[in-house]
Amino acid sequence: MSEQATDIISTERPIYLDYSATTPMDERVVAEMLKYMGPESSFGNPASRSHSFGWTAEAAVETARKNVADLVGANPKEIIFTSGATESDNLAIKGVAHFNHKRGKHIVTCKTEHKAVLDSCRQLEREGYEVTYLDPMQNGLVDLKVLEDALRDDTILVSIMHVNNEIGVIQDIEAIGNICRARKIIFHVDAAQSAGKVEINLEELPVDLMSFSGHKIYGPKGIGALYVQRKPRVRLEAQMHGGGHERGMRSGTLATHQIVGMGEAFRIAKEEMVEENARLLKLRNKLYDGVSDMEEVYVNGDIDQRIAGNINISFNYVEGESLLMALKELAISSGSACTSASLEPSYVLRALGRNDELAHSSIRFTMGRYTTEEEIDRTIKYVRTAVEKLRDLSPLWDMYKDGIDIDSIEWAAH
Amino acid sequence: MQMKIRELGVIMAYGEKVLDHYENPRNVGSFENTDNVGTGMVGAPACGDVMKLQIKVSDEGIIEDAVFKTYGCGSAIASSSLLTEWVKGKTLDEAQAIKNTQIAEELALPPVKIHCSVLAEDAINAAIADYKQKKA
Repeated sequence: MSEQATDIISTERPIYLDYSATTPMDERVVAEMLKYMGPESSFGNPASRSHSFGWTAEAAVETARKNVADLVGANPKEIIFTSGATESDNLAIKGVAHFNHKRGKHIVTCKTEHKAVLDSCRQLEREGYEVTYLDPMQNGLVDLKVLEDALRDDTILVSIMHVNNEIGVIQDIEAIGNICRARKIIFHVDAAQSAGKVEINLEELPVDLMSFSGHKIYGPKGIGALYVQRKPRVRLEAQMHGGGHERGMRSGTLATHQIVGMGEAFRIAKEEMVEENARLLKLRNKLYDGVSDMEEVYVNGDIDQRIAGNINISFNYVEGESLLMALKELAISSGSACTSASLEPSYVLRALGRNDELAHSSIRFTMGRYTTEEEIDRTIKYVRTAVEKLRDLSPLWDMYKDGIDIDSIEWAAH
Repeated sequence: MQMKIRELGVIMAYGEKVLDHYENPRNVGSFENTDNVGTGMVGAPACGDVMKLQIKVSDEGIIEDAVFKTYGCGSAIASSSLLTEWVKGKTLDEAQAIKNTQIAEELALPPVKIHCSVLAEDAINAAIADYKQKKA
């Protein structure tokens, strides 16, 4: 490595406030994974029945499966390992639709779902299925009445996420599940953003399928799981064919080290979730209190029905991408995408009915296990300075200050 | 040479000149709307960028001073900042002859940000048109 490259790597990094994008692996997770990788390790194929390498690996996979199941109140036999929540969503939605196409071809989901759900639904539309995309309420939550009205005799599946990745709001999956149960409609929940952050007890929840991710809760990337309820049994068509692994629902050699990592991450989450949530809530409130006294600052999504580590704020009259640029000390993300290909701001914020200016002005801060109070203090300082600087540059801010209604002007959209 | 990783990242994403104009924007401000001032406001909040560019024109038809305010991404801010520097001292015709491609080239804008330079060209043309209308 050249001297310059060493310099680059060794110098200070931004404050990481993008835990909803991904998390680092917990050191305890890394340590567990290393036991299943090198030549002296238990590296065997869990499917090998004829020697101890295979037996040890299989035992490790089953321990991990139990750890994953334990966090969410499931039976280990109901956990299918996949390559991540995207694959889990694909398997659940397309798998259920394909298996049940004779019962009906109608699916209900929400406009604020993750692209893995929305694009799976789009694919099914191309195959002749019909999909209803619900508008959420302004706070980001699904209106139960609207959901109920959307259900039809030929509805076979409802897919609603537990926690939204952009705005962190928590859907009432129990109520939605009860509505589905009453009509014998299969209910899938994308829980990539909620496992380890919100209490989940699948033994009691009326949920048939639930997607999980490893890397959103301090486990490795490239591993996820799908909960497939056994009683009553939910059946789906496999997407990946081969050796018949995972009870035929997902073939492919099990990635022992990834699975062990995910299992350890879920085990730690179960142990530490309550304490961690309390700490994150304090940090979140501190951050919000530190910036919310500025003028024209809006929270996107319900503030109460929300995970502790997320706050999504619009700083009106400041464009999100320039704010990201001014906040280069922070690793955060914006709902604005100002490129010639897409001047469209976040589809999630638009679905909430936020006007385009506010959607363009949004910043998502997501905190996690390694966020410190000192980092939040610095973040508040950086944000205030940047917003003030950019408002000094903003013609819209001037107009607001002069009492001119921006909506009354005829803008030439370009 | 010691370069911090975050600076490197920003330069890679935006280019050094964009960064310079963004960090130290030239000629930020507003003029009183008098007879010798032309104002151009282009873009739309819904699209994520609005540029306001103002020129102060001498009796001889020379742009004596120019200021801007921009709501938009870093490239939009840099494009308008650069343009205020360029038009100062120019005649209206000379200013009108500035093309967006020159701005894009000077700032090394990536293809997805070319529209920022187009907006800047629109802004100066709108300011000149506004001035001429006042004088007509």
